[in-house]
Amino acid sequence: MAGVGSACLAIALLTALYATVASVVGARSGRPEWVTSGRRAIYCLAGLCVAAFAILESAFLRSDFSYALVAQGSSTDTPTFYKITALWATQDGSLLLWATLLSLFSTTVLFLTRRSLRDIAPWATAVLGVVAAFFLLLMVGWENPFDTLARAPQEGAGLNPLLRHPAMMIHPPMLYTGYVGFSVPFAFAIGALITRHTGADWIRATRRFTLIAWTFLGTGIMLGALWSYTELGWGGYWAWDPVENASLMPWLVGTAFLHSIMVQEKRGMLKVWNVSLICATFALALLGTFLVRSGILNSIHAFGASTIGVQMLVFIGCVVALSAGLIVARLPDLRSDARLDSLLSREAFFLLNNLVLVGLCLVIMWGTFFPLISEAITGTEASVGPPWFNRLTTPIAIVLVLLTGIGPVLAWRRVTVSAMRRILLVPVLVACGALVLLLALTDASQSIPSLLMFTFVAFVLSVVGQEFVRGASARRVMTGESWPRALARLIGRNRRRYGGFLVHAGIAVLFLGVAASSAFLQQRDVRLSPGQTVKVGDYKISYDRPTARLGGDAGGTGAAIALGAVMRVSRGGETYTLHPSRNYYATADPSKGPISRFFEGDANSEVAIRWGLRRDFWLAVRPDLTSFNEAIARADRKFADSPPQVQAIVIRTLTELYRQKAPPAAFRAIVSPLVTWIWIGGAIAVFGALLAAWPSPEARLRRVRSLYAARLGRELSRA
Amino acid sequence: MDYGLALILLAAIVAAVVLNPLKTRGEPERVELLRIEELEAAKEAKYREIRDAELDRGMGKLSQEDWRAVDRELRAEAIEILQELDRLEGRRPG
Repeated sequence: MAGVGSACLAIALLTALYATVASVVGARSGRPEWVTSGRRAIYCLAGLCVAAFAILESAFLRSDFSYALVAQGSSTDTPTFYKITALWATQDGSLLLWATLLSLFSTTVLFLTRRSLRDIAPWATAVLGVVAAFFLLLMVGWENPFDTLARAPQEGAGLNPLLRHPAMMIHPPMLYTGYVGFSVPFAFAIGALITRHTGADWIRATRRFTLIAWTFLGTGIMLGALWSYTELGWGGYWAWDPVENASLMPWLVGTAFLHSIMVQEKRGMLKVWNVSLICATFALALLGTFLVRSGILNSIHAFGASTIGVQMLVFIGCVVALSAGLIVARLPDLRSDARLDSLLSREAFFLLNNLVLVGLCLVIMWGTFFPLISEAITGTEASVGPPWFNRLTTPIAIVLVLLTGIGPVLAWRRVTVSAMRRILLVPVLVACGALVLLLALTDASQSIPSLLMFTFVAFVLSVVGQEFVRGASARRVMTGESWPRALARLIGRNRRRYGGFLVHAGIAVLFLGVAASSAFLQQRDVRLSPGQTVKVGDYKISYDRPTARLGGDAGGTGAAIALGAVMRVSRGGETYTLHPSRNYYATADPSKGPISRFFEGDANSEVAIRWGLRRDFWLAVRPDLTSFNEAIARADRKFADSPPQVQAIVIRTLTELYRQKAPPAAFRAIVSPLVTWIWIGGAIAVFGALLAAWPSPEARLRRVRSLYAARLGRELSRA
Repeated sequence: MDYGLALILLAAIVAAVVLNPLKTRGEPERVELLRIEELEAAKEAKYREIRDAELDRGMGKLSQEDWRAVDRELRAEAIEILQELDRLEGRRPG
């Protein structure tokens, strides 16, 4: 079947190129049959990519080690869930995922716009065809996922243990869906520029795709943070790692784009800014893909050295240069239809929020690429580190949260000072009340940035609450409905508006978690022997007894050995037990002995967390096997030629020995306040975004349209 | 063998699907149709703006005076769109 998979990719490449050529011919000649043919080519492309993807997945599920990729990234003892997801843990597989997702997104948007945007859509098809052709070319030319081995090995190398985490395996497709999703508005923006059709039509047609891409990318970032918190064993969720930053940058610029397109839709302004933002977002999405795979910057998330770095850079360069050239050439067509009426208006605050978001992105970009910049200038690679990022991004984030509260409550065009006072009175009072309570009842004043953040979060939440209450109240006045009905109808008929408010509330809650958990975190690293006790903040932790497990680790990751501890944790009157452990995965490294290969392969932490709305208690253990090294080396020599059953007994004996006579182990304990609100805030934001993206029922829309049409008709006839 | 056969089969299937529309020559798109689509989208957006402004007034974000000015402006813009739509579709206003 590998041959069929390779054939799918080769034909897919030709199909993508054909889609581009046919669409350009159709657009230039005005002949719709060529446009239809080009669109159908994209549909076929999706079919071919899905077929290739299915063939490769089937090889992973069958553990067919004749495929080089399967032998490199899976093994017979890899759990089924991780066999499925191992495909995108490899470079070739992730390229196939990119191309497949792109073809599916392209098919969906082209199907939905088949009877609209008839001038822009063919050019957008051509752009989507070029992007797909590039990724297919990478696979056909350099990184074929269907490469086979002359002799299939008996066993595969297995999936990197760090990746054996549910969040981590869903995280890449989420990120990629986000990256790929931004190619849709990018393609239509380019189409709009080429055709000089620079109104808001392309924005309206692709707004949902942008929102979905933004949501997926955001969810992917959140899942990455969750993985870092629960799997990496250092206790944090964000380390300003280059790969983390690479996913955050397009999300920030995409956020700016989502806000500024509303200004273009409503007022016909910011046209140059909008096309620039979406081109930048797409280029940053490509850059994110490049950084994960290139290894150009040191990152704990970069899972493979790349052979396609140069090709990716050339493509990104072409995207940036051609987009910029096209924008400059079309500047006369991108003039605004209106001017800013007042600085006290929603559009003015959206513009301000855009500048802050783009500024934040530029700061992160500078810090991320600083090692390359410093090496180019001084010859020495220097890194700025998390304190630098924290120092610069914290004030920007505080301003951003404040704008999150102010922007959406203002009306379009203009707001009078008295109206503004009326709108903001309650939220300002709530924020002041929160500030007083924080100063009086908590130690929040120890961190001024956190204190400001908490106050502004209270402001944003009260703004959002007020919007729902006032909206429902206004509806009740107009319709006489009950409160719950008025609220439900209000949200149902204004999903975009109220979905947006929920996103803002979610982001504010997320920042509450970030501010509290980063400023008031308590951490302690200790070495404990069984029976010993230590204090971390208000918590008392006792190392009750060691544990040792052969196969069947608690997380179901397929670890050969799990060594851990039973820990008794007490705080106030509450006592509970936690079971942190460290998983050991057998290595296929031939330099290791038959016994040591089980102890000296990859290892990772299975963190134990007591989740709570007020605080998390986080605990990781790192067993010290130094005193066992000699026994393991002796067993290697003595049982080198023994049958596997005997070797298994030896390993069991050694783990049992650890359980009975465990040496002191290293523990890291963290008390992290309000950290759970990061995940809750993220979930609220995702829900809000999905609500905003959900299409309104057509029938309702038609009824509303006809009402307004009749009203306008009446006014017209009177005029 | 697998590769060669699959290549030919897949190429044949894709070619059949993709080239089929080229058998019949389609009518070129009329410029007016494109403009009508554009105007329909603009009309919907303008109606949404009018509704938003009404909601803003109801919630006290816009004073009665400001709302009247904004609403008048929006309705004038909507009427322009409707007039152009009527002209392109050959309808009489009413």
